[in-house]
Amino acid sequence: MDALLREYLPILIFLAIAVAIAAIAVGASWIVARQRPDSEKTSAYECGFDAFDDARSKFEVRFYLVAILFIIFDLEVAFLFPWAVTLGQIGMFGFWSMMVFLAILTIGFVYEWRKGALEWE
Amino acid sequence: MIQALVFYMFAAIAVAGGVMVISARNPVHSVLFLILVFFNAAGLFLLLGAEFLAMVLVVVYVGAVAVLFLFVVMMLDINFLRFREGFLQYLPTGALVGLVLLVELALVFGTWTFAPDAASVSAAPAPDVAAVSNTEALGRLIYTDYFYLFQAAGMVLLVAMVGAILLTLRSRPGVRKQDIARQLARRKEDTLEVRKVPSGGGI
Repeated sequence: MDALLREYLPILIFLAIAVAIAAIAVGASWIVARQRPDSEKTSAYECGFDAFDDARSKFEVRFYLVAILFIIFDLEVAFLFPWAVTLGQIGMFGFWSMMVFLAILTIGFVYEWRKGALEWE
Repeated sequence: MIQALVFYMFAAIAVAGGVMVISARNPVHSVLFLILVFFNAAGLFLLLGAEFLAMVLVVVYVGAVAVLFLFVVMMLDINFLRFREGFLQYLPTGALVGLVLLVELALVFGTWTFAPDAASVSAAPAPDVAAVSNTEALGRLIYTDYFYLFQAAGMVLLVAMVGAILLTLRSRPGVRKQDIARQLARRKEDTLEVRKVPSGGGI
């Protein structure tokens, strides 16, 4: 247990350094620089004229579809990792168990391909 | 020592991030705080020795689910100024719903009993962390012992995929697309014709 956590110590140190640098960068500019905001300085700069519209506009629902399909195949890949690690121990049954799982998802993939969900237009 | 300190750091940031998720004014900031909570939960999993879960939490939740939440928040086109307008008006209803949930939770925990064979199941031989890595221990179980659940997970993913396509895919008419097969199938004879044009005659 301790040996496992010791392997992650460099990541913890890296995290601490990253947090420290980010805090110093933001904090130093906050403290050292002169803060004198006015309405012209803080307004959105859009090539000299007033902003036409809010930056937050509606997204196309197509992006959402792509994100959902990405999650599904992401999960599929996440299942592949423990399988690949233990392939030697779980035998033929484990191997074919994963093949059935992949076949089920391949049906979905073929459906998605034939429906044209992967094409952008 | 360091372990305890790191635990309290992760736990405190996770709780603070959770509070910020529900109290941040801007929904996009809420999602960003949610990502912070996911990262800290991954850290807590790591401290428990659940390496695989921690990595999957970062890959799947931070990499995909949080992006999906961001898309939803951005797709809703919320006017942030009007967002808080009815806050006091809806407060009694919200408090009532919260109270009902709290009572339900209290009832569930009040009548909590352990199944008689729960102790023997939890005492099932879990391999030592030092000897067998977390990912390996999971791999030994998922694909053989829990075959049906694993295949059910595959079915759930299939249903999710088909459902998402059915709900959100609509083909827009009048969009010009490149059809490579049609392009390649075109022959010169179908499209080109050489004609002799007499001078001054025209076709």
